[in-house]
Amino acid sequence: MNFTLRVWRQKNAADAGRFEMYEAKDVSPDLSALEMLDLVNDELQRRGVDPIAFDHDCREGICGSCAMMINGFAHGPQPAVAACQLYMRHFKDGETITIEPWRARAFPVIKDLVVDRSAFDRIIEAGGYISVDTGGAPEANSIPVPKRDAEEAMDAAACIGCGACVAACPNASAMLFVAAKISHLAKLPQGQAERARRVLDMVERMDQEGFGHCTNHYECMAACPKSIHVQFIAQLNRDYLRAARTRRPSGCKSD
Amino acid sequence: MVPGLWFLRSSIGKKALMAASGLVLVGFVMAHLAGNLLIYGGPSALNAYAEKLRHVPALLWGARLFLLAAVAVHIATSVQLAIENRRARPQRYRLQRSAETTLAARTMLLSGFLVLAYLVYHLLHFTFRTAHPEFSRATDALGRHDVYAMVVLSFQQPPIAFAYVLGMAAVCFHLNHGIGSAAQTLGLTHERTIRLWALAGRLLSFALFIGYVSIPLAILLGLVG
Repeated sequence: MNFTLRVWRQKNAADAGRFEMYEAKDVSPDLSALEMLDLVNDELQRRGVDPIAFDHDCREGICGSCAMMINGFAHGPQPAVAACQLYMRHFKDGETITIEPWRARAFPVIKDLVVDRSAFDRIIEAGGYISVDTGGAPEANSIPVPKRDAEEAMDAAACIGCGACVAACPNASAMLFVAAKISHLAKLPQGQAERARRVLDMVERMDQEGFGHCTNHYECMAACPKSIHVQFIAQLNRDYLRAARTRRPSGCKSD
Repeated sequence: MVPGLWFLRSSIGKKALMAASGLVLVGFVMAHLAGNLLIYGGPSALNAYAEKLRHVPALLWGARLFLLAAVAVHIATSVQLAIENRRARPQRYRLQRSAETTLAARTMLLSGFLVLAYLVYHLLHFTFRTAHPEFSRATDALGRHDVYAMVVLSFQQPPIAFAYVLGMAAVCFHLNHGIGSAAQTLGLTHERTIRLWALAGRLLSFALFIGYVSIPLAILLGLVG
């Protein structure tokens, strides 16, 4: 298969950036989108051109590194996959494919398709954990968890933090990410002690990072490679409104 | 405990206020339709109802101020949220496609603005009675304000009826997304009920549209009046 690529090139955070056109020739339909980029990069390096920078790690859909907008969809037009699991057979031979970085104020572009997603890390630091002494793994059945709660917690915990929800959201909102992180702990007994503080602090951090606000388009759910459900956003809203009645975010000292 | 000012600055706090004030206004739109439908009971039913509403001025003005406050909160929060949403993506995509959202969801700001514009005209027309005084100053045989005649005479004018239909279309298009969205924002939904809320919101907004628009249509067709 042959493709024409329209790829965002940007030297660094200060560079204005622009689209460049590249030809991808003799692409096997069984290559992933990332492997296709590898092929193009080999050719670019042979010609002495700076290869296209993009994030990748596991290449099996579980690390959340690969982050790119492909033909207007986060991780490309196939549902429930990351870009590393998006195969070129889903595209039409001869098609022009537009590849852009995530666009959000909270995710500044570092180079080409690579964006800085450390805003997500700072949201987790604000409360996305439980405070326990680590040590040997505890006996799994010492704290009973109802089957349904365990399943829902796992559904939320499937989030790989790739940022596709933010990328696909018309408002660049991080609500689905925060909702998944809140919910997987809120569904489990271990998450209860810090539940109110966690939701207030993580949302406070989310707001400070400059993400937009959820207006319930549910584009995030469609873009999520793990199909995280927007029911968790309702859970986040419920938990936040309940917590706000009894306490305030840690960063809020006055009023 | 009532949350402090920090709540008004938070993303979810502003959205909860927007959703709650929106639902208050949905309640009003439903009650208002119930009152309007009395037109099918003839002049005495509608005029008596209008008279009763004005009977206790304190209650009437209390309700009006409450609704005005809801409108103010709804507009203030939605404008602020819209500005912040615009800022959250300073550089747009060259190509962005959607998979899940609806036209109604994407045009909430526009439909909301049309609703506001229509609301101003609507109040000038029927409440302050300055937009079309020639149709709205009559009294009936009992000396009450003749609301029935005002409505019938107004809607016998096709441009007024047409503007009304457009206004109601904007209201119901706004609610098409608004009702389900408000339920989600207030955390009332669960996995299985998200679609139900959205569907119920769409059905309710459509029913409201039919109910409201039936009145000018019935008058234009000569079925009422």
